[in-house]
Amino acid sequence: MTLRAPSQEVPQVELLHSMKRLRCVEEAIAARYSEERMRCPVHLSVGQESVSAAVGLALAPTDLAVSGHRAHTHYLAKGGSMPRLLAEIYGKRAGCSRGKGGSMHLIDEGVGFKGSTAIVAGTIPIGTGLGLSISLRNSQQVACVFFGDAAVEEGVFFEAVNFAAVRRLPVLYLCENNFYSVYSPLRVRQPEGRRIHEMVAGLGVSVAHGDGNDPELVYRMASDALVAIRAGGGPVFLEFTTYRYREHCGPNFDNDLGYRTEAEFLRWRAADPVETYEARLLDSGVITRQSLVAMEAEIVAEVTAAFAFAEASPFPEPVDAYRDLYSGEGGE
Amino acid sequence: MSRECTYADAVADATAVAMDLDPRVLCFGLGVDDPKRIFGTTAGLAERFGPLRVFDMPTSEAGMTGVAIGASLDGARCLMTHQRLDFFLLALDQIVNNAAKWQYMFGGQGSPVRIVVRLILGRGWGQGPTHSQNLQSWFAHIPGLKVVMPSSPADAKGLLVSALFDDNPVLVLEHRWLHQMRGEVPEGDYRVPLGKAALVTEGSDVTIVTMSYMTVEAIHALPFLHKAGISADVIDLRSIRPLDWDTVLHSVRKTGRLLAVDTASPMCSVASEIVATAACECFSHLKIPPRRITLPDYPVPTSPALTAGFYPRAEHIAVAVSEMLGREVDVRQIAAARKSPHDVPGDWFKGPF
Repeated sequence: MTLRAPSQEVPQVELLHSMKRLRCVEEAIAARYSEERMRCPVHLSVGQESVSAAVGLALAPTDLAVSGHRAHTHYLAKGGSMPRLLAEIYGKRAGCSRGKGGSMHLIDEGVGFKGSTAIVAGTIPIGTGLGLSISLRNSQQVACVFFGDAAVEEGVFFEAVNFAAVRRLPVLYLCENNFYSVYSPLRVRQPEGRRIHEMVAGLGVSVAHGDGNDPELVYRMASDALVAIRAGGGPVFLEFTTYRYREHCGPNFDNDLGYRTEAEFLRWRAADPVETYEARLLDSGVITRQSLVAMEAEIVAEVTAAFAFAEASPFPEPVDAYRDLYSGEGGE
Repeated sequence: MSRECTYADAVADATAVAMDLDPRVLCFGLGVDDPKRIFGTTAGLAERFGPLRVFDMPTSEAGMTGVAIGASLDGARCLMTHQRLDFFLLALDQIVNNAAKWQYMFGGQGSPVRIVVRLILGRGWGQGPTHSQNLQSWFAHIPGLKVVMPSSPADAKGLLVSALFDDNPVLVLEHRWLHQMRGEVPEGDYRVPLGKAALVTEGSDVTIVTMSYMTVEAIHALPFLHKAGISADVIDLRSIRPLDWDTVLHSVRKTGRLLAVDTASPMCSVASEIVATAACECFSHLKIPPRRITLPDYPVPTSPALTAGFYPRAEHIAVAVSEMLGREVDVRQIAAARKSPHDVPGDWFKGPF
């Protein structure tokens, strides 16, 4: 298996492209949501794209990943099909889960995206089990588990990480700390002064933390963690701070509700990861205005085509509701 | 070829057969390699298959159920064991939201969830409110799960081997009072299909549908019914989900009388489902109202003074059937023939669990 070089060699253009692509498709979902043709809850990652983009590029195509309810960008960054993601949100037969799952239940086994589910922390032990099987196969793969700051409040987080530490499993625990669980801030959920990665270090795994809105930092840290895991170093927990712009669930901004301040939002928005990184690459000459325009046109074309595919795809037949209950010969 | 052995031996045999046939079968759970080997049901496995495939685990029922699901998504087949079903309640999120849904919620695009969870049902010797629950109807309520309750050594092996090679999550509920039961068990790769009931005895007057340990009590009631001229179809369900409705309803249409015997309390029980479905599907064949025998609608108490009479036994089955047929059955000998105290399955059981 070819491993990406760690640290220094950051694929800067690919990083920017991935971030802009994720921003574009998430904003397009938000823009079209009021048409009421995407008839399922959506949890958008607008503002958080940097982590997905960087980790997606750091992971090898053969690595495995699982995620939770806010999974569009994890799925896409791991290589999941954009047309099939959108078709799924539209409830279409061509959806990645054939319309059975919707936005919160995404899968693309062909690229190692083994599934996202809706119950907070529910896939943390599942990713750990992938790691157990990988280790028993003596494979160089890593299982990456994406989750948020609320998931570390669930019992199965501790149970799974504890087991991974006992067995030194090849698992990358990737925590995106966006400070809120729905409307509940960290201060009502975790004791003052807690730093999540420090708490997790007590479980016996390697930990690190960083600014999740710095894509190059995330890329380097994830790459280094993956090298260490593949070398048999056991599980790694990475915590990245970031910020979601839009409401917990749905397409709107919700700062008017009062659970967080407009000023806090504006502070994060002013240091937007996509715009900041774009400016940085322009200033340093890595990209030009011209190449940026071409990149944006390509992304818009991809997103537009993916929406067109989703909209044009047929719905499943009503009888399909009664399929896929069991696997194999146990099927009904 | 077959050999006589205990139910516990048969469980260990089934596990060894599956682990021999497929090197990706794993066996784990609290105590699977401890000195007592889960009442003997995991005897010999650790020595034969080694610590990578047979291993003890953290006291993390929920997390380790998720680990089993995840490992199976990568091609393993995982057998987990819990010494009491009650502890497995900590894992309901993983079993209901993940294992049971994985095929469906990804539209069949996910890998199969090949996990088997053995859940041991306690009874007697003061197992009490949280060590003796029979929650088969909870699990059977969940589309996507399979639930089996073997009642004989041969079925304990055959159903477990089938479960281990099924491509879906299967819960195997093992009654603690059956572990020392002896019987002929076929050797080698012996499988009993999931979803097929066993017609234990054939008769014409009444259909007795039962499961797990209550099959034993039903069999004990039969000679006393015969003396009164009553013959019964005794149907051991074996599988709770999928349930073999063809066998059950065919018998009810034949006898016109139904007694559903459950190991659990009555509300929303498997016995209730049997009665409901029989009433809906073959009402015109019923000569009299169906009846249920279940546990009382209470938690199970601990003191032997409180459990005496708490559990229905063969005499309750015999009395119910005799009332349904308007015949006299002398059941005094059933209890008189019982040598052990009421709260143990036999002299072999000295506690503590």
